[in-house]
Amino acid sequence: MADGGWSRKDLIGIEALSRDEITLILDTAPQFAAISERSSGIKKVPLLKGRLVVNWFYEPSTRTRNSFELAAKRLSADTLAMTAASSSSVKGETLHDTLANIEAIHADVIVIRHGCAGVPHILADRHASHIINAGDGRHEHPTQALLDAYTIRKQLRLRLGDPEATLDGLKVAIVGDVEHSRVARSNILCLKRLGAEVRLCGPSTLMPQGIAQMGVQVTANLEEALADVDVVYTLRLQLERQAKALFPSLREYIRLFQVNTATMRYAPEHALVMHPGPINRDVELSSEVADGERSVILDQVSNGVAIRMAVMHLLVNGGGQE
Amino acid sequence: MKHTDIPHEDTIIMTGEAMEAAIHRMAQEIISENDPIDALVLLGILRRGRPLADRIAAEIHRLTGYQAPVGSLATTLYRDDYRSGMGVVKSPKGETHFDFNVDDRTVLLVDDVLAAGRTIRAAMDEVMDYGRPRRIQLACLIDCGNRELPIQADYLGWQVGTTPRDWVSVHLHEIDGEDMVLVEERPAIETDIPPVDLDS
Repeated sequence: MADGGWSRKDLIGIEALSRDEITLILDTAPQFAAISERSSGIKKVPLLKGRLVVNWFYEPSTRTRNSFELAAKRLSADTLAMTAASSSSVKGETLHDTLANIEAIHADVIVIRHGCAGVPHILADRHASHIINAGDGRHEHPTQALLDAYTIRKQLRLRLGDPEATLDGLKVAIVGDVEHSRVARSNILCLKRLGAEVRLCGPSTLMPQGIAQMGVQVTANLEEALADVDVVYTLRLQLERQAKALFPSLREYIRLFQVNTATMRYAPEHALVMHPGPINRDVELSSEVADGERSVILDQVSNGVAIRMAVMHLLVNGGGQE
Repeated sequence: MKHTDIPHEDTIIMTGEAMEAAIHRMAQEIISENDPIDALVLLGILRRGRPLADRIAAEIHRLTGYQAPVGSLATTLYRDDYRSGMGVVKSPKGETHFDFNVDDRTVLLVDDVLAAGRTIRAAMDEVMDYGRPRRIQLACLIDCGNRELPIQADYLGWQVGTTPRDWVSVHLHEIDGEDMVLVEERPAIETDIPPVDLDS
């Protein structure tokens, strides 16, 4: 990586990436953000012209799939969407067979989301096409972590007026349901690799055992978690969890862990508020804060397209073919 | 050739003085080809085309009083060598940036060296994605031949015949601390083929 090049065929998780590789992806993204921001003319570049990108989603997803699809289109690729309901998996076809069929139509990039951790990894090892993990079980969601790190870095650079500023020493609090969150896992790995300090806050029933071994501080006290932080990262509370009695009541969760105008007073004034979406308004995050000045939630959405363009460009054009 | 800090005199094909004269002459030619001059905008191709574009614009301003808008063009997203696997992805040195509209303007592309012509092809495609210029023109400091596409400069500083083994290296004081153009031997690419011993 010394020359700043890229050599990977696939993007499976943040865990395998070095700090230099993550930085290369973040540094590649601004030129792609500029394409979407073109006020006049054509919002497209020909880097993936004539390539086929298949979005293969076994779990429901609208925004991640749309983001990948738009990213592929902005790179002039052809796109094809497959969902579990429309695929032959319901007819008993195995994953490998389905993928072999996708490859038989000469897909170059396959973006996969699957409920089982490890599926993208297994497929990447056995197939020649470029695999991008768009979320696998509770394992990882690498492009989400990359777009989050990019958003934090961009906002930090704007605030400090320093175009070289890095995440080193930055304090990030991740609040909510860490247990079921691949977003949290990928974010912890990514932020820590970039030199940031990560704190987790949530009910202990929604906190994975042994998570502190990832080198993070864990607390169930929101005031403690938000003191001195630069970023408050709220996670989506999956409401169906309540049925499993993982927390006593929604009202209690809100009282103890909701990020709102009152609890944001624990954090410094410059602290950013982030959320991977979709938001449960007035559950994990109050509407006032979600729509407030400190929220960069919609910037995350815009940056997601640029980051996914950067990832596809690096995988396909970076010389990572085996 | 051994690379040394002080280049050998024979390798210098353009001095700072000659460069200044070339920019002056090119500016005069640009002015006479563009009447009225006020539809002209300049896009310098990164990296060394940008300071050259600034200098040409300054010279045009000195001669006519017209300050042409100047922008930067990266061209990296329009290269044709990614498809063949020849492209090496590196973190970009700079990005396309200009804050004017190219519609109905005369866009003057400025680059330091014109060789294969592929960069200019990419630059034209990029400009066309931003709008529909009335005309696109090309100014280059050095034309070193070895063209692979049917592209020629409208304004040229100096023409030099080179072989693909030669490396034309433009030094600009804004980037390199000095103004001069050298022809050097391309740094050897390591291969398994043993070098030919010319003495035997």
